[in-house]
Amino acid sequence: MAGFILKRLLQAVFVVLAVTLIVSFAIRLSGDPAIMLMGGGNVTEQDLQNIRQALGLERPFFVQYLSFLEGMTTGDFGKSFMGGTPVSMLIANALPATLLLAFTSLIASIILSVPLGVYAAVNRGRWPDQMIRILSLVGLSFPNFWLAIMMVLLFSIVLGLLPPSGMEGPESFVMPALTMAIILTATNVRLVRTSMLETLSQQYIMVARSKGLRDRVVLYKHALRNSAIPLVTYIGLQFGGLIGGIVIIERVFNWPGMGTLAFDAISNRDYPVLQGTITVLALFIVLINLLVDIAYGLIDPRIRTE
Amino acid sequence: MAAAQAVSSARRHFRSLELVLGLVLTAGMGLAVLFSGFLFPDGGESMDLMARLTPPFQSLAHPLGTDPLGRDVLARVIVGGQISLTVGVLSVVGAVIVGTIVGLVAGYYRGIAEVLLMRFADIQLALPFILLAIMFLAILGTGVDKIIFFMIVAQWVQYARLVRGSVLALRDREFILSARAIGVGNGRIIFTHILPNVLGPIVILMTLNVANNILLESSLTFLGLGVDPLIPSWGGMLADGRTYLQTAWWVSVFPGLAIMFTVLGLNLLGDWLRDLLDPTGQTSR
Repeated sequence: MAGFILKRLLQAVFVVLAVTLIVSFAIRLSGDPAIMLMGGGNVTEQDLQNIRQALGLERPFFVQYLSFLEGMTTGDFGKSFMGGTPVSMLIANALPATLLLAFTSLIASIILSVPLGVYAAVNRGRWPDQMIRILSLVGLSFPNFWLAIMMVLLFSIVLGLLPPSGMEGPESFVMPALTMAIILTATNVRLVRTSMLETLSQQYIMVARSKGLRDRVVLYKHALRNSAIPLVTYIGLQFGGLIGGIVIIERVFNWPGMGTLAFDAISNRDYPVLQGTITVLALFIVLINLLVDIAYGLIDPRIRTE
Repeated sequence: MAAAQAVSSARRHFRSLELVLGLVLTAGMGLAVLFSGFLFPDGGESMDLMARLTPPFQSLAHPLGTDPLGRDVLARVIVGGQISLTVGVLSVVGAVIVGTIVGLVAGYYRGIAEVLLMRFADIQLALPFILLAIMFLAILGTGVDKIIFFMIVAQWVQYARLVRGSVLALRDREFILSARAIGVGNGRIIFTHILPNVLGPIVILMTLNVANNILLESSLTFLGLGVDPLIPSWGGMLADGRTYLQTAWWVSVFPGLAIMFTVLGLNLLGDWLRDLLDPTGQTSR
């Protein structure tokens, strides 16, 4: 088990190094931050030189990268070009809003997709199964931001029930969370269904049935529990896609999370903020995947030897 | 037994329905987009200012209505499909070519190249692609060519893994060994004996990835990081339409439906192909 954890840990470290290297490299491509910082106004070459000196930009790329990594370990991502607020403070303000959305929609989608997926699996090949399959396929076939726009059209413009954007109270939370929950449910229903079908074909299910246990007991105590393990992994692996989706959705609803922070940074060419946001989100995704992997290995010994 | 047969026959009907619906949607959208230059010679650009903001289903000249500049929504939806389909197809073709070659080499010759490839693939598959693409496009500037390039970079690994896996399963089979025994060269074995046997899973993955990349392109363009806003595209129309959702809902509804029908058609085809070519589920997601 220790070997397995070590291996996964090592892999996660490589992923983190790759992400940070790519991010630093991309930022480097953006040109001279000193010029961007001064806004091309009335500056002398000496001024620019001083800024470069102050930001440590005259050092080679590799040294800059190492100091970025060093800063990262203490939560120091530099200062925003706009007003000099520490990037870590901006992120600390935005991250909870994004995570709140991520976990609420994840939980909502599990509540929705488990009964639907089990129902589809039990009725395999009959019309409820086919309805659920077609609907989930439809749900996988439109972009999440379009669903968000359609929600605004329905709930804000036609029905006038919910505020179209911002974070003004619990009502503001409904549409973003519901949008992500629906998108996630489309995938998760399929996962629950496949996983249940596989479990239901196992011999211990037949044994449970043949000793006269009630269907409900077999289904929920034997089958669902055993299907849950692969499900957790799949759902964990989706976390990257979930965060990517939320970043886009935030744009539609003006939700004050990491996506909004990143896109404001893009339009302001505020590269330290962009770099920090992307890095923190990527680290989060790697961390969740690592935890899920380790949890899976702890629960199911077969995985460790793979 | 009878019940089981009924179920399997219902399943077959459903499968053929899946195929028909998938073909109709994909071919319908594909043909309309392919002939859009012929159907709408103006490229959806001409402005009928007298007919600004015509609602849909009310005028024969503008069956899906017009936007605030008096441009025909139907024409722009069909013309806008050109971008999406081009990006979807080219990105997948590029990724398949790179991935297949690497996968064949790694699986057939094994050795250090294979080890490196698999480690690299593990790391790359763990990277949050959307976030990195957003950052690169924001810094390097936008454009169809860059989007296609990023998609190839992000996805060739999937094909390389798939092909390598299939090659590993095949390389010690008897028909390969006998081919080698009678003196067939490596190149010929790879291309005439191994490649045809891995085509099934590749085609499935391609179908699903075209669908995926159409969604991805529309998202990036919607965010202002994709296709030039002056060129009609589904993502661009949705970004536009969102600002006047209150006065002209149809401008936001129809491009989204176009995306949905195209992607749904491809997904249905992909599902059907998977049942046909890959019943054991190498490509299941």
